[in-house]
Amino acid sequence: MDESTRAVITPIVMPKWGLSMKEGTVMAWLVEEGADISVGAPILEVETDKIANAVEAPDPGILRRKVAQDGETLPVKALLGVMAGAGVSDADIDAYVAAYVTPVESEGEEAEAAPAYQFAEVDGLRIRYARRGTATGVPVLFLHGFGGDLDNWLFNLDAVSEQAQVIALDLPGHGQSTVRLPGAGIGALAGFVARFMEVLGIERAHLVGHSMGAAIAAQLALDDPQRVASVALIAAAGLGPEIDAGYTEDFVAASSRRELKRVLEQLFANPELVSRQMVDDVLKYKRLDGVTELLRALGRTLFSGGQQAEQPGLRLGQAGKPVLVIWGREDRIIPAHHAGAAPPGATVEVLDGAGHLVQMERANDVNRLLKQHVAQIADPGIG
Amino acid sequence: MARKISMKQAINEALDQEMTRDPTVICMGEDIVGGAGGDGEMDSWGGVLGVTKGLYAKHGDRLMDTPLSESAYIGAAVGAAACGMRPVAELMFIDFMGVCFDQIYNQAAKFRYMFGGKAETPVVIRTMVGAGFRAAAQHSQMLTPLFTHIPGLKVVCPSTPYDTKGLLIQSIRDNDPVIFCEHKNLYGFEGEVPEASYAIPFGEANVVREGRHCSIVTYGLMVHRALEAAAALAKEDVEVEIIDLRTLSPLDLDTVLDSVTKTGRLVCVDEASPRCSIAADISAQVVMRAFGALKAGIEMVTPPHVPVPFSPPLEDLYIPSGAQVADAVRKTLREGKL
Repeated sequence: MDESTRAVITPIVMPKWGLSMKEGTVMAWLVEEGADISVGAPILEVETDKIANAVEAPDPGILRRKVAQDGETLPVKALLGVMAGAGVSDADIDAYVAAYVTPVESEGEEAEAAPAYQFAEVDGLRIRYARRGTATGVPVLFLHGFGGDLDNWLFNLDAVSEQAQVIALDLPGHGQSTVRLPGAGIGALAGFVARFMEVLGIERAHLVGHSMGAAIAAQLALDDPQRVASVALIAAAGLGPEIDAGYTEDFVAASSRRELKRVLEQLFANPELVSRQMVDDVLKYKRLDGVTELLRALGRTLFSGGQQAEQPGLRLGQAGKPVLVIWGREDRIIPAHHAGAAPPGATVEVLDGAGHLVQMERANDVNRLLKQHVAQIADPGIG
Repeated sequence: MARKISMKQAINEALDQEMTRDPTVICMGEDIVGGAGGDGEMDSWGGVLGVTKGLYAKHGDRLMDTPLSESAYIGAAVGAAACGMRPVAELMFIDFMGVCFDQIYNQAAKFRYMFGGKAETPVVIRTMVGAGFRAAAQHSQMLTPLFTHIPGLKVVCPSTPYDTKGLLIQSIRDNDPVIFCEHKNLYGFEGEVPEASYAIPFGEANVVREGRHCSIVTYGLMVHRALEAAAALAKEDVEVEIIDLRTLSPLDLDTVLDSVTKTGRLVCVDEASPRCSIAADISAQVVMRAFGALKAGIEMVTPPHVPVPFSPPLEDLYIPSGAQVADAVRKTLREGKL
């Protein structure tokens, strides 16, 4: 029996992007009723208070019914549409829609689930991290960029956790971790990440780094290769000299919502993705005592005068690790042509319609690439 | 930031962290330590509603119980500030400011100006405001406009525990006199607050909720009434934008004007009496600066121009309700241009 005649109804439901998401708004349907859809194709745009993104087809099939209307705000797991093969009758679809009950996330369910965030004490610093997924094997460790935090991986952690256990941390001086650096420069941060892995009992991991986090990942692969199974560099620092120092300086200096919004808009190809919530969250971090001074010092050490002081990615070939490089073509912070400096044998993907925060702006594609990357390395049986 | 604490705890934590950070920060007020006639235990009381409870045990003599003489200890706090300390004086109810008004509006507020910019007066006066506490006409007023009127004073009135902690820390670090207004009916209100210290700059309003049909500009407890109205109106497909001014002086008029330019409609909600109120001030400013953007007349939602009643049913009717706010929004939508 082929896909089109299979008597299976697939619901398309409101996704849950990140632990704080309770509801989302349908912005636009991207396909018409009756369209034949392949797995992973974007079906509709959903906006949350954090960002907008596309909902993808969980299975192949025909879009038989749009249940949610444009502009409608619905809770997580609400029925948005129905996919089914041609063999399913309209009456069956009607019955399915009528009978669908949105599952309510009970208090108990939330309590039983793993806590959203945990804290670990590493070398006297209190470090916030998130751990998701139950898969065994080599886990994936996510390292955010300058001024970022683990929520930069909002759209990535749950998706990649289907493939492998994922861990993301707030680097020292970032997010909700202690406002203190373990030392100046990329080497000190890479050493700290190694210590963090030790404290959590992670012997070896796939490293996924964004921007400054990518430079840390490359440095760690060079310094401590036995801890690193592979490296994925996203909009990476450390692969070339140029960086928009205006961005890092303005990010540090911005103290009001208006100033910061203009700065954060530079991170996206589509500046409308910067929501009020995103600006407020970053402001809350930046207002913590000591953060401005810490970021200013870190920015001067790493990115003074529009030049990257350290470029460990250029030596990454020496580590002999599988490397994936992802860039947004419209990156205004670190130019996408730095992807050309990836070590020989690396998989390089430059995605259109995305800026520096490509893992948010093109989350579905980045997730697919990361899962493929991890799966390919897992296959030969590295243990 | 998963930790939730009450507004009262947020005040306590801000004081504690600032006293720890800066030895010139001192607290004074009536019964903020133990009070005469207490049970002899250190720190048995912590102010009339227990806001400063626990601080005496940690910071000792930097917390001072004062006689029941606002004119004396507010004057002392202003003088200490002029001499290099950072005093935080707790004046139980804003209603009692009358007896120490000279020290505030004719002394503290004028020092920087009259000494050629060379004098600084980093004093904070924390005080309870607002009705709904069954405390009658002399303990329930929202006198924020009185202080906003005076150049040289900064006036803060937060609506959430997060803002309370950050704005109180900013008030203590600020080099000008600050009247810090705490709504007594929000003391138990809980919200997420970082454990670390942080300061929220003055003069930046908070956009509590985004919407395109009508702007509601308010502060303090009324932010929560506006949110009730927004929830009711959302069911009618009306999306309101709520602006919490947070600081009344300095005032973030830019955020208000941006919002009104977008929505074309404005409802000002104020718990103060209607005449010469914050609502009246905002209305006038918007008419002067953004008249062309207005699609309908501005509505003000305030209590009636009467003292706060003691009778509980009357007091409940006195305070602006979410339903009144929603009605005012509907009126701007009904009567305005499209």
